[in-house]
Amino acid sequence: MSIKRTPLYEVYKEYNGKTIDFGGWELPVQFAGIKEEHEVVRTKVGLFDVSHMGEIEVKGEDALSFLQKILTNNLEKVKSGACQYTAMCYEDGGTIDDLVVYKRSERDFLLIVNASNIEKDYQWLRSHVKGNVIVNNVSDEYAQLAIQGPAAEQVTQKLTTTNLSEITFFKFQDDVSLANKNVLISRTGYTGEDGFEIYCRPDDAAYLWHTLIEAGSDEGIQPCGLGARDTLRFEARLPLYGQELSKDISPVEAGIGFAVKTDKEVDFFGKDVLKQQKESGASRKLVGLEMIDKGIPRTNYEVFKDGVKIGFVTTGTQSPTLKKNVGLALIDQRFKALDTEVEVQVRKRRLKAKVVATPFYKRT
Amino acid sequence: MNLPKDFKYSEEHEWVKTEDGKVRIGITDFAQSELGDIVFVELPEVGDEIEADEPFGSVESVKTVSELYAPISGKVVEVNGELEDSPEFVNESPFEKAWMIIVEPSDASEIDNLMTAEQYEEMIKED
Repeated sequence: MSIKRTPLYEVYKEYNGKTIDFGGWELPVQFAGIKEEHEVVRTKVGLFDVSHMGEIEVKGEDALSFLQKILTNNLEKVKSGACQYTAMCYEDGGTIDDLVVYKRSERDFLLIVNASNIEKDYQWLRSHVKGNVIVNNVSDEYAQLAIQGPAAEQVTQKLTTTNLSEITFFKFQDDVSLANKNVLISRTGYTGEDGFEIYCRPDDAAYLWHTLIEAGSDEGIQPCGLGARDTLRFEARLPLYGQELSKDISPVEAGIGFAVKTDKEVDFFGKDVLKQQKESGASRKLVGLEMIDKGIPRTNYEVFKDGVKIGFVTTGTQSPTLKKNVGLALIDQRFKALDTEVEVQVRKRRLKAKVVATPFYKRT
Repeated sequence: MNLPKDFKYSEEHEWVKTEDGKVRIGITDFAQSELGDIVFVELPEVGDEIEADEPFGSVESVKTVSELYAPISGKVVEVNGELEDSPEFVNESPFEKAWMIIVEPSDASEIDNLMTAEQYEEMIKED
């Protein structure tokens, strides 16, 4: 598989971006440094290139009923111009992907999916089409910028006459003129901060990037990479597919049961298993861990209780905001109570940790 | 690239400075800049024996864990305890404040086999 690049690839160099291979995409992991970028997003404003994300259109008379069968959340109540966080599951409750649906109208939906899952999602959707539904992978038609942080609205507002304060959380507006470019803009993000995601034509991405960086200079805007995106979403306990979610981990186990509506009449994929998990409790639960001993929990480190393996770490790092060594772990639900002492296998040593409340960070 | 001329260097990006028959060991400026923000350093204890090319500790950045490979064999006689509370020294001052351990070498000829500053510079250019 050849390495893929976004329309902003050439721009990274101007800002000293250091790139890595992220699921086949050459993307910037950091610019000034992960801790500095993390802090900038928590206190000021940061700009991310997230053009690798996938966009899939689902259109047609039967689009809504089709998506109701495919997705775990209930789209029925979502109004046009609103977004919904949801999941797509197999019949056994395992997760195909977690995604955000943008409802343009009753028969026009845009699905924003994880980059590594684009092809899998597209094939799953296509192979289950019923009735008058058209599914299109339009990922190449969109670039995406995320501007995140307390000053995101102030900076973005300088470039448009559309009143952004009217675009409230998880709402979007199509055909917005931003710096004279046509964009779709939503008040969404993956950092736990206020902010917007901006969908534009690939050819406009570099221009909009430069213009936003310039517009935010007074507010202290900085380009941010995937490293900070990961620590930011982790602190806010937003799951990452491949870590907190996978074909072997259900959305209920991963703690996003709010996006699974088992009272929805439609027999959506995974409903039976997910309903049972919600009603009688899943056997595993995603919890927060804080290290008592010195060490950092990392993805796939095993978790033990009294010498018996009870689960594994899905994500862990030193939280830049809390300066504590913390992780998310999928463990046997019998040990989920706060303050339960467990052990994490950190390379050759078993280190003490305790169950703590999540999210690690919540915007005030 | 900042590279003290009187130090020796290993392929695993450690530096070695000889002082009165003992050697001080740390990681290079190039290594810290590749790793990014260091948040945790795990070191051996005084009295531990380390063996050339074997791991003697680890450094963790926000995103990654990297083993530290011993450039030479010997006995650890001093450990930089300050790195426990100030791992950022590795980023700020890799050749001075962030020295990691001092070792009594068991085979001084191992030091001669390490790279000079010029050879190390050549190696990282090729990467």
